[in-house]
Amino acid sequence: MDKRQAETAEKQMVEGAAEAKFVTRGVHVFYGEKEAIKGVDLTIYNNEVTALIGPSGCGKSTYLRCLNRMNDTVESARVTGSILLDGTDIYDKKVDVVQLRARVGMVFQKPNPFPKSIYENVAYGPKIHGLASKKADVDAIVETSLKKAGLWNEVSDRLDTQGTALSGGQQQRLCIARAIAVSPEVILMDEPCSALDPIATARVEELIDELRENYAIVIVTHSMQQAARVSQKTAFFHLGDIVEHGQTEQIFTNPREERTRDYITGRFG
Amino acid sequence: MPNDHIVSSYDKELENLRSSIARMGGLAETQIAGAVDALFKRSAERAGQVVEADKALDDLEIAIERDAISILARRQPMASDLREIVSALKMSSILERIGDYSKNIAKRVTAINESDNFRIVRTVGDMANLVQKMLKDVLDAYIDQDAVKAMDVWERDAPVDELYNSLFRELLTYMMEDASSITPCTHLLFAAKNVERMGDHVTNLAEIVFYLVNGEILEDTRPKGDRTSFTVLRPGDDD
Repeated sequence: MDKRQAETAEKQMVEGAAEAKFVTRGVHVFYGEKEAIKGVDLTIYNNEVTALIGPSGCGKSTYLRCLNRMNDTVESARVTGSILLDGTDIYDKKVDVVQLRARVGMVFQKPNPFPKSIYENVAYGPKIHGLASKKADVDAIVETSLKKAGLWNEVSDRLDTQGTALSGGQQQRLCIARAIAVSPEVILMDEPCSALDPIATARVEELIDELRENYAIVIVTHSMQQAARVSQKTAFFHLGDIVEHGQTEQIFTNPREERTRDYITGRFG
Repeated sequence: MPNDHIVSSYDKELENLRSSIARMGGLAETQIAGAVDALFKRSAERAGQVVEADKALDDLEIAIERDAISILARRQPMASDLREIVSALKMSSILERIGDYSKNIAKRVTAINESDNFRIVRTVGDMANLVQKMLKDVLDAYIDQDAVKAMDVWERDAPVDELYNSLFRELLTYMMEDASSITPCTHLLFAAKNVERMGDHVTNLAEIVFYLVNGEILEDTRPKGDRTSFTVLRPGDDD
């Protein structure tokens, strides 16, 4: 994408949009010598879902993992550029990574509840982050989080059941409840529905749409239809770069870049 | 045309859709020529052929609709593919309508033929020639994905409207002069109105081609020349 197009896209992103949550500029990620992300500029807005799409290995998940410093756990990974959360550089030495990950929660491709009860799965985060100490307060957080995740009605009478005993879709919503429980500001989702059936997927998508009212959401997905359904903004990654980003409707009806068109229409060679 | 899809059967389906539209377009052109030919030759037989041939257009429209819905359901098309399918749906229904107008002209031939001495005004033929050429060009623009050519057609409807305006006044004059001409004149006026409407529909086709190619909906207002809705002619008017 040339400079002028990037500016136009950026302008479009700003128009009518909520406030910026993440402003990322010139983000590079290296795994050893290999440059996985090659200078990405992207802004993530509050109360919006931003979908990251692109073929496998394009860097979209790597980029997503920069936003809560999950890449720190990869020894060879090195991140450069500026990633500002509410104006603060999250890679600053003073930043407490644990606190950061509470503010920027993550939901993974495969539901990964702790091998504990449903209750404990949700209560664990608030407890270790010191958000609640009294039993009644923790109970309240567990109930609210499960309600927000649309799971309360299905599990309220069996909170002491193992989280892993739930169905795949329920497990994923449990993981979302767990992420919400620590009152995050941003939720990152890495292919959250790829292991779910269409009904469970629809439930999670409905949930994403509801959560948007209170959070900024970034979702990596391989399903074009899902990106089109759930997001307001879409960024197309290819070979570690953003080829095009803009309003989801524009990307899926009238993409400006040929590479975007070829990818979303299934012409990618 | 863009690159091929990874799934080649998808390309074939889109290609089929395109060629069905082209076939409909060709038929619609032939029908205009046939209807006007029947009118001037005062041939009920020729008119009957045109009425009969309209069924092919109806059938093609149904086939295109069925194919387009099937592609929408199975392929979940995006971007240019989505525009291609939406355009095909809209174009097929417009071409079917254009066919209906030709059929309606053909149906009027018998009634007009009842009046032996009535002379078919040349202007109707001139209008039909213009519209037929516009239709041909817009179909070429569709096949070539040429928005500039489509816009050229879009701007060419005004002369059709002008001819219709003058024909309208001319026929009103005849009717005022000779009450026995009222029946054939009215039928001819409807025939001319049909051609005028076809011209409008062709401009809609041009707008669709513009959208198909550019992905943007044309919002400019097209120059309109049909003023007959406001025309009043009184006995004793000079022209």
